[in-house]
Amino acid sequence: MYDWLTEHKIPLGLWLRDFVDLLTTHGQGFFDFVSLVLGALIGGFTDALLWVPPLLLIALFGLAAWLVHRSIGLVVFIVGALLLVTNLGYWSATMETLSLVICATLVCVVVGVPIGIAAAHRPWLYTAIRPILDLMQTIPTFVYLIPTLVLFGLGAVPGLISTVIFSIPAPIRLTHLGISSVPPALYEAGKAFGATKTQLLFKVELPYALPTIMAGITQCIMLSLSMVVIAALVGADGLGKPVVRALNSVNIAMGFEAGLAIVVLAIVLDRVCKRPERRSRKG
Amino acid sequence: MPAVEFRNIDIVFGADQKNALRLIDEGRSRDEILAATGAVLGAAGVSLAIERGEICVLMGLSGSGKSTILRAINRLNEVARGEVLVEHNGTAIDVARCDENTLRDIRMHTVSMVFQQFGLLPWRTVRDNVGFGLELRGGMSAAERNRIVDEKLAMVGLTNWSEKYTNELSGGMQQRVGLARAFATDADILLMDEPFSALDPLIRDKLQDELLDLQRRIQKTIVFVSHDLDEALKLGNKIAIMEGGRIVQAGTAEDILLRPATAYVAEFVKHMNPLNVLRGTAVMRPAASLARQGDEVVLDRDGRVKVKMDAEGRPVSLDLDGRQGVLAAADGEAGLIDDKLAHDADCIVAPVDLKLKAAIELKRHTDLPILLVDSLGRLAGLCDDDEIYRGLLRRLDG
Repeated sequence: MYDWLTEHKIPLGLWLRDFVDLLTTHGQGFFDFVSLVLGALIGGFTDALLWVPPLLLIALFGLAAWLVHRSIGLVVFIVGALLLVTNLGYWSATMETLSLVICATLVCVVVGVPIGIAAAHRPWLYTAIRPILDLMQTIPTFVYLIPTLVLFGLGAVPGLISTVIFSIPAPIRLTHLGISSVPPALYEAGKAFGATKTQLLFKVELPYALPTIMAGITQCIMLSLSMVVIAALVGADGLGKPVVRALNSVNIAMGFEAGLAIVVLAIVLDRVCKRPERRSRKG
Repeated sequence: MPAVEFRNIDIVFGADQKNALRLIDEGRSRDEILAATGAVLGAAGVSLAIERGEICVLMGLSGSGKSTILRAINRLNEVARGEVLVEHNGTAIDVARCDENTLRDIRMHTVSMVFQQFGLLPWRTVRDNVGFGLELRGGMSAAERNRIVDEKLAMVGLTNWSEKYTNELSGGMQQRVGLARAFATDADILLMDEPFSALDPLIRDKLQDELLDLQRRIQKTIVFVSHDLDEALKLGNKIAIMEGGRIVQAGTAEDILLRPATAYVAEFVKHMNPLNVLRGTAVMRPAASLARQGDEVVLDRDGRVKVKMDAEGRPVSLDLDGRQGVLAAADGEAGLIDDKLAHDADCIVAPVDLKLKAAIELKRHTDLPILLVDSLGRLAGLCDDDEIYRGLLRRLDG
C-alpha cells in the first residue's frame, strides 16, 4: 500500500510548471508589457528621488512631516534619521528602497481598495477570495519568487510583484472591514435622501471607512518594507542588496549598517503614515 | 387624495415570499409563517390613508411592524404585495412599483426622514449634515445651500453650532440636526422613526413640544413611529396601533381610549391618563339627547334648569326654576374662569374641545355645570359631574 502510494506520485509540481510554461509561451507579450510599465514606474520614481540633492530632499521630508503632524520632535527625528543613513553611505540605496515601497503600495492601493469595496458589497466574492488572501500571506515567499522570476525576468519588477503579492491582502482585508462596518443607519440615511450607488460609495461608505483603509495602507507599507531583502534576491536595487551581499561574504559590519538603515526607514515611514490626531472633539 | 396611502400591503423578509404570501392569505400568524417558510412576516394586509397636514402615529411594541411599514413609504423596505401611494407633484405614485428615477426624485423632493439613532455623518460638520440632502440633489450653488441650511438651523435653534462636528453635540441636539436635515429638502412628507426614543424623558418632552410648534407653522404630513402611547396620544391626529404586522385599530386618540377595538388595545390603554386626551366632545351629553321644551333645553332631571336658545341654537339665557340665571364664558384652553365672573354665574359656557382636565379644573373651582358650545357658539352638549365621571371610567353609553 505504502509503495503503491509513493510510486504513483501526483505530479502537482509538474502541473504548475507546465502552467507557468504555458503562460510564458502564450502570455509573454503581456508579461513583457507589465514588466515594462512597472519597470518604468519604479525607475522613474527612483530617478526623481535621486535627482534632488540629498540634503534638500531631507529638508523637504522634514517640512512635509511638519505640515502634516505639527510635531517638532517628529521633524527632528526624521531629519536626524535620514542624515544618519546618508552618513552611513546608504542614501541612494534607501531612496531605491523607498521607491520600491511606494510603487508597491501604489499598486496595492489601486488594485486592493477596489477589490475590498467589491468584496464588501458582495459577500460571495469575499468568501471566494478569502482563502486566496490567506494563501498569499502564508505561502513562503521564495515559492512564488521563482515563477515571477521566470515570467518577468531579473530586476526590480519581480521584486515588486512578489512584494505586492505579499502585501496586498492587508489593504483588501481592511477596506472590506471598513466598508462592511458602515452602520446600517448611515446607509439608510443616504438612501432616504436619494443617494445613488456612486454617491453612497463616495459620500457615505468611503468617508466612514477611511481611517480603516488608511490603517490598511500603513500596514501595506510596512509589509512591503519587510520584503526588501527578498526583492534583492531577484535583483531589485535598494537596501536589500548590501544585506544579501553581507550575508554571502559574512560581513557583520555591512549587514548591521544596512539592516539599521532598513529599520530607520521603517520607523520613519510608520511615524509619518500614522494618521494625525482626529480633529479635536472640543473646540 | 391622501398624502400617503397603504393599500393592502404585505411585507415579507426572506427568500420564500410566495409561500409566505399564501400563508398570509390563510390568515396565519407570524410565528406559523416563520416556522413553515423561514420568512419573517413584516406586515400583512395593512391599509391606511394619511391625509395631508396630519400627524399619523404608528404605534406598537417592538416587532409589531410599525417601522417596517414606515420604511415602505420611501422604499427602504420592499413591499411584497399591495400599493404604497405617495402624493408626488400632484399625482399619486405607487412607490412600491415605480422606477428608480421616480423613486430617487421622491426621496429627494417629497419624502424625507428622521432616524432613531440620528443617522448623522460623524465626519461632517452640523452644517454639512443639514445640507446633505441638498448636496445629493446637485445643481445648487454652495451659497444657496448655505442660505437654506442657515434657515433650517435657525428653525431648530442650532445657529451657533453649525461648524461643530456632530459627536460634539448632545443627543437632543443631534436629533435637532436630524430634524433640520429632514426639513432642508422641503419635503411635504416627513417620516420619523422613533426619533425621540433615544433621548432622555425631559428632552423628549421638549422636542415633542417643539415638533408640535413647528408643525403648526409648516404643516407637513408627518408619519411618526413610536412605542410610547403617551407620545402617540400627544402628537397624533391619527393613531394606528399595530400588533404582529397588522393594524388592529386606527383612529383618533379618543377613539382608541374610549373604544379600544381589541383586548390588546384595551390592555395597552388601560393605564393611560385620559385627562389630557379626552375632550368635551367625547364625554359630553350631546345637545340632541337633552330634553327640550319649545326653544328651551332642559339641563337637569327635574326640568327646573333650562337654557333658552336663539334661532341659531346659541344659548342666550338661563332659567332657574323661574329665576333668571347668569351664563359665564370660560377660557377653554387653560380651564380658567375669572373669579368674580364665576361668583355671580350659575352656569359656565366653554368651547366644545375643552380638555377633560380643564373641565375638572373648572368644576373644582366653581361647581357649576358646563355648557359646551361649538366654534359658532351653538350649543353642542352638557358636561357635568356625571359626564366627567363616565369619561374618567371610560364607559360610554352607546
